[in-house]
Amino acid sequence: MGILTYILLLPLLGALVILFLPKEKETWIRRTAVAATFIPLVLALLVWAKYDRTLGGYQFICRIPWVPSLGITYQVGVDGIGVVMLLLQGFCSFAATLISYFIKTRIKEYFVFLLFLITSVYGVFISLDLFFFYLFYEMAVLPMYPLIGIWGSTNKEYATMKLTLYITTGAVLAFVGLLVLYFASGIHSFDLIALEEHCAAHPLSPELQKFLFALIVVGFGVIASLWPFHTWSPMGYAAAPSGVSMLHAGVLKKLGAYAMIRIAINLLPQGAAFWSSTLATLAMMNILYCGWAAMAQKDMKFIVGYSSCSHMGYVLLGIACLNQTGLNGAVLLIFAHGIMAALSFALIGYCYEQTHTRRVDELGGLAKKLPFIATCFSLAAMASSGLPGFANFVSEIMIFIGAWENLTPQAIAAIFGIIITATYLLRMIRHTFFGPLNPKWEHLKDATAPWQKLPYILLVSVLVIVGFWPSLLTKPIDLGISSILKRSERNIDRMFVKNNISIEKSEPPKA
Amino acid sequence: MAWLILFSPLIACLLITLITLRNSKLSSWIAVTALLISLGISSSFFLKALLTPHWKPMELSIHWITLWSLKIEFGLILDRLSLLMLMVVTGIGSAIFIYSLGYMKEDPGKSRYFACLSLFAFSMLGIILSNNFIQMFIFWELVGASSYLLIGFWYEKDSAADAGNKAFLVNRVGDFGFMMGILLCWSFCGSGLPERTFNFNQIQHIFSEMVGAGLLSPKLLVVAGLLIFCGVLGKSAQFPLHVWLPDAMEGPTPVSALIHAATMVAAGIYLLARLFFLFDASPTAMTVIAYVGAFTSVFAASIAFVQNDIKRILAYSTLSQLGLMVLAMGLGGRLEAMYHLTTHAFFKALLFLGAGSVIHALHTQDIWDMGKLFKKMPITSITFLIGTLALCGLFPLSGFWSKDEILLLAFEKNIFLYRLASVATWMTSFYMARAFFVAFLAPEKKIHHPVHESSWTLTGPMIFLAIGACIAGFIHIPEFILGHDVLESHINLPIAFTSQAMSLSGIVIAFFLYAYRDAWGAKKLKEIFKIFHIILSRKYFMDDLYNGIVKYIQQNIAVLCHLTDRNLIVRFGVNGVAKITKTSGEFLRFCQTGRIQTYALFFFAGITVIVFVFILK
Amino acid sequence: MIPLSYYLILSGILFSIGVLGILIRRNAIMILLSLEIMLNAVNLSFVSFSRFSGNLEGQIFVFFIMTIAAAEVAVGLAILISIFRNKKSVDTDYMKSLRW
Repeated sequence: MGILTYILLLPLLGALVILFLPKEKETWIRRTAVAATFIPLVLALLVWAKYDRTLGGYQFICRIPWVPSLGITYQVGVDGIGVVMLLLQGFCSFAATLISYFIKTRIKEYFVFLLFLITSVYGVFISLDLFFFYLFYEMAVLPMYPLIGIWGSTNKEYATMKLTLYITTGAVLAFVGLLVLYFASGIHSFDLIALEEHCAAHPLSPELQKFLFALIVVGFGVIASLWPFHTWSPMGYAAAPSGVSMLHAGVLKKLGAYAMIRIAINLLPQGAAFWSSTLATLAMMNILYCGWAAMAQKDMKFIVGYSSCSHMGYVLLGIACLNQTGLNGAVLLIFAHGIMAALSFALIGYCYEQTHTRRVDELGGLAKKLPFIATCFSLAAMASSGLPGFANFVSEIMIFIGAWENLTPQAIAAIFGIIITATYLLRMIRHTFFGPLNPKWEHLKDATAPWQKLPYILLVSVLVIVGFWPSLLTKPIDLGISSILKRSERNIDRMFVKNNISIEKSEPPKA
Repeated sequence: MAWLILFSPLIACLLITLITLRNSKLSSWIAVTALLISLGISSSFFLKALLTPHWKPMELSIHWITLWSLKIEFGLILDRLSLLMLMVVTGIGSAIFIYSLGYMKEDPGKSRYFACLSLFAFSMLGIILSNNFIQMFIFWELVGASSYLLIGFWYEKDSAADAGNKAFLVNRVGDFGFMMGILLCWSFCGSGLPERTFNFNQIQHIFSEMVGAGLLSPKLLVVAGLLIFCGVLGKSAQFPLHVWLPDAMEGPTPVSALIHAATMVAAGIYLLARLFFLFDASPTAMTVIAYVGAFTSVFAASIAFVQNDIKRILAYSTLSQLGLMVLAMGLGGRLEAMYHLTTHAFFKALLFLGAGSVIHALHTQDIWDMGKLFKKMPITSITFLIGTLALCGLFPLSGFWSKDEILLLAFEKNIFLYRLASVATWMTSFYMARAFFVAFLAPEKKIHHPVHESSWTLTGPMIFLAIGACIAGFIHIPEFILGHDVLESHINLPIAFTSQAMSLSGIVIAFFLYAYRDAWGAKKLKEIFKIFHIILSRKYFMDDLYNGIVKYIQQNIAVLCHLTDRNLIVRFGVNGVAKITKTSGEFLRFCQTGRIQTYALFFFAGITVIVFVFILK
Repeated sequence: MIPLSYYLILSGILFSIGVLGILIRRNAIMILLSLEIMLNAVNLSFVSFSRFSGNLEGQIFVFFIMTIAAAEVAVGLAILISIFRNKKSVDTDYMKSLRW
């Protein structure tokens, strides 16, 4: 079966078990959910530790033919990028499940949906078959609808409808792209490894690549909140319950960026080269525009929501670099920002739970009453504004270095973005946690129980450990990126050879 | 061993935050011990370098990030320059740590304070020991962050929390330029080489080759130099990014002494010294740097004339002195600047600690609320006087030697800048004497609870620093940095006499204005030059300008983006599509009666039509 | 012997009566009955085709249809009863809680 299949099926199994538990047994439901996310986390750590760094490539492959006539295979496996994504999803889902202890109504249904969502996200990260990739991707979108619609707050019906429609539309665009890819490749297989080999050896025509790249990047860009398709995201996060916002900002949003690297860059390098500067400019819009929009917000979740759109701009910029350093930075930032976003939403969730408001101007001086939460929040804000010592800094600096060479104007805008980020985050911290304490909040209680603190401590320590010792993750990422870039070089070389031949033919013989 | 210099404060910080947060006494001692360990190790290196005739600089490093395309090291550089800075930071740092033991005794956040202070020490040592650009930037930012934490230490005060934000953001603006400068350097140093590097020594090597071969365009050099200088502007609080430093005085006084007087603000000067080869290659950049320094020095000193908060006076004097150092750097005087940095660290830390001692005793920072302190707090007063005189640059205190070097340098290189620097010297002695006379000699204005001399944890470090302020000038810093004797003689008698006369005249004028007949002269002066007084006390409206920029420009951009998002993209783009769908549904729904029989009618009618069509065919 | 067309005409008439019943009647039970008439009209044509072509498959189908019709009536009536419990009526005009 393979360890990856276990990771995939365990949360689903947990969901099944919860379905059969009576709904009064709330403790058991929660414990099952925690176990069903904790074991995959351990397994993901195991995969990360066991991943053979000398060998590289896809490992832990499990392959079961599904619909052979259509070339659909259940094929899972991870390369260096996948390993890191697994870890991200492991940490985020475990922490989100712990945070969901706050949920008081319809616990059973909540955890069933949540675990279903977690399974699907794992599925996206490990599938090496485009059909299953898309299947899991859609499966991940669907549980969001009830999760936000039922357990959400602020304007939840509008938000959940918008979010689901938006992402589904994007997914359909991307699906069209995948189908075109399937038919155009001529091997009638959804198998990603086979497609990679095929595309490297027989590249698609440049026009088709350009078209497909645009289609796939816009399709998946919707979920990665590519400007101007980002508006679902702050609103969706504001409406979602905190556990769901964590998963959404932490991992779901990253699915888009992951898909861009895994499919668009991997299979369509010439399309990527063609669109690179356009994508970088959109990313720049993400960074600056969403950063400024965040500055004008009053609701903490909206601030962090816009901030995550702004940070996805850095990821997209890293992707647009199309070089080793930039892509490495993008993948690492996917990880770092995922953890950071999950942490921020968890903390906002805690404050909201206590104060029942998220408006920055109504809070103030909370650090006095909530020292632990305030510390974690400051750390999260510092991490987010790219302070050294956190994983975010390492990845951002890699992106800056990667982008500086060929995308200098966008890189300058991105570096300017760190000032904007620091401005709105520090202002938020200043007005919620510092300053004199509003007497209204005298009754607040800090997180004291170990299980309450655990998710925050876990996420903070991951950020710090990776920040101090980035090689833990950059080694596997580098392997994955190298093989993608090597293939794309082959692809471009081959195209070059083809073109050369045609040029030679078309050139009139010299006298 | 060398690694321990850097990491011992970090370990202390971690120990305090993770384990001993509840026990504030233990926490404070952990922090002090850790810094003393750093001090011990660095002084052993320092002595070795001092005593060994042909001491060779060391460099240790490990790979921090290794990618296929990018290698970043994490290393330590131990040469004479960094050893000197190490001694300043750990030496003065230790004195201030011990001082903090007494100063923060009663504070409920003592553990947090010492954790932040250790974090600061770690970051500062990191800047000094960095052997490459990225590591330098890392610690550069960390210093900013720990300073943010310490300025905003009393976070319940609005002013403190705001000051912390301001400091961090202004520094960020500088770092924006610094980062671009780093990337620019990186991209031109080593194009054409297999591996690019961030390492200072390697870059210096590559750089000298490229400059020698004439491969670098002067324009690029100027841009790179000035971008990196942006970082210096932020951290060393030079005009126009100086605005954060006076506000940073909201932090506890030992913090002001350590961070905002002796060490952190010196990081910019250290950076200039470390990258001197880069700036040296571009005369235009050097000229800009020199003028910025000189201007800041006069500009800040003039604001100090009208300040009433003792810490703010010291803060502006720090700005002014840093300006002198930057001026020296800009004129090519790396050694002179470092010399002044060292001596300045001693007497400025001393002055802040003295101010802290007074604030601790009186609970006020306004010099007009003080007075007649000489009898009540003799040790504080005497050490403060020593500090003041040293800052004024009177012979034979340490300030004299280093300031004189800078003046001499300016005299030789650029007579205009020399005049500016002399004016700054005069102004310095005037406002320092004013502060001293008003706070310590003038009759007291407000009756306070009985005032006593502070305890030994406060006075001990002050005495130590006072001794340092007296004798630091005799240690020949330039010779130490060079590793051999400087050939030319240092003292140019006319210049020395001029500077002495300037300083003395400043002191004497201040005496007549402020210590004589109840500051009658000062009041008169204030009335006559009312406009100047307003301009100076509003700090040349710089704060108002920046606030305006933030409030009217930045905030409006933010609101614009927000409104675009809400109205243009959401209302027309997203909801527009939704509305079209909905409207078409509104019309189509009339076909949908919801009554099965209607559908059945359509169904059968359709079938009948089809059947007829078939039959007729 | 009566010709096939007679049977088919009868079946057609029955079918039309069923259709009209479904379209016109408002009472759900009457609609169900009309449905049965339609089914039986089809049955009649099946049987007659089977008789005239000498092929037994048509008659087998009739048995199927009869079983399914029985099941359908059972389910249909059950639904009607539960609707009646809720609405106190089986008039289809009142069954519009799913309408917009």
